Amino acid sequence: MRVSKLAVIAVASVIAVYIRAIFFTPADVLQGVVQKILYVHAPSAWVAFLAFGLVAITSALYLWLRDPKLDYIAASSAEVGLVFTSVVLVTGPLWAKPVWGAYWTWDARLTFTLVLWFVYVGYLILRDALDDRDMRARYSAVLGIIGAALVPFIHLSVYMFRTMHPMPVLLKPSAPSMPPVMTVTLVSSFVAFTLLYAWLLRERYQLELEREAVAQREMTRSVNAESLA
Amino acid sequence: MPHNISAPPPEQYALSRPTYTPPGVLRSALIIARKDIQVELRTRSTIFSALTFAVLALAISFFAWDPTAVGPTDLAPGVLWVIFTFSGLLSLHRSFGGEQPTRAADALIAAPIEQEGVFLGKALANLVFIAAIQIVTVPAAALLYNVSMGPIALPLAAIVLAAAIGLVAVGTLFSAMAVTTRLAELLLPLLALPFFVPIVICAAQATSKLLAGRPAADVNGYLRLLVTFDIVAVVVCTLTYPSLIEQ
Repeated sequence: MRVSKLAVIAVASVIAVYIRAIFFTPADVLQGVVQKILYVHAPSAWVAFLAFGLVAITSALYLWLRDPKLDYIAASSAEVGLVFTSVVLVTGPLWAKPVWGAYWTWDARLTFTLVLWFVYVGYLILRDALDDRDMRARYSAVLGIIGAALVPFIHLSVYMFRTMHPMPVLLKPSAPSMPPVMTVTLVSSFVAFTLLYAWLLRERYQLELEREAVAQREMTRSVNAESLA
Repeated sequence: MPHNISAPPPEQYALSRPTYTPPGVLRSALIIARKDIQVELRTRSTIFSALTFAVLALAISFFAWDPTAVGPTDLAPGVLWVIFTFSGLLSLHRSFGGEQPTRAADALIAAPIEQEGVFLGKALANLVFIAAIQIVTVPAAALLYNVSMGPIALPLAAIVLAAAIGLVAVGTLFSAMAVTTRLAELLLPLLALPFFVPIVICAAQATSKLLAGRPAADVNGYLRLLVTFDIVAVVVCTLTYPSLIEQ
């Protein structure tokens, strides 16, 4: 099995982050050890949005340039993004039960993540329901663009309810409201997950290219068989 | 007497040939919308089933809650907007689904008109259908749930219209997508419902505020969000629709 450099770096950095998070980062005074789920939850959410941003960009570029590779990248990114969104949706409730007292609340961010998850499940189901390669690429590109245009409205509308989700501790105008030792762990978890995403995206994209090559070969073979018959 | 049957001189011939100018986007939208409404008026298949569904769902929903715990005023907005969404989906599917069995969809593609016009026409016809369903469903909800909607008729109508435009724009596009896939009508709610979240939230919240006797100014925020959603949805869906049908 071929192991790429990126794979080694990504997996190693994820392991390093969790060694640091588990053994060398103190737990929160009030929340206890369950707070450490933040180092999975927050970077997964970051990657989820990053992945969906890439889907939107490659969708728009596809409709403009019509390069099938852009479609493969969009499809790969949507699939990897969906995995990370699922991680967000699983780790969130695990943290929320001891801290909030309930697995699920209809808080703005939770609702938004759930709806986003459904948007991209729909995206993948749409792709699966189309056999023609061109049509699949065009349709999913259109859905990707509509998603990019309308997802902000979903975000706005769910925020019209009050939110109880912890506010960002890192990316905000004032200084990070975390002890430096936690901040370092959190930042490095973002970096590690971004690398993990890059690796998974590339693997998934390679798979798409190979599938396409197989389909091409099958087609050539059947055409040849027909012309021989 | 010999007839002069010789052809007119070439330059004159060229002038006398009828020239055909295809209709513009808005004109073709009106033609398509009129066609869809005409078909619907003759078959009356969609509107009556969607209407029956809407009123039936109103009746069923009443029994899903304990009337001693939840008052009808609290219940009505939610029920109304959930039914609005689902009856909308029901009629949206017909928009392109009805063109498939007769291969009329191919004629729409081949027609010498801008495809943006086809989309806008379809959406316009759907807006008429959904408005027609609402004109019956909203008073029916007022009657069945014993809620007085008379005093709030005007702001409520504005919300219904704003919600319907967004729903129709997104729904018409997804209907065009869904009919050509293997899953057909199953796919439409899967694709469309997540995008209806802002519509349902804004419309239901605004309606319950109005029913609670709050002034119309209190729902301005929701109405603004709905209208912005409408503008973005109509523009994006109209511009992306031609990419769906190109050959």
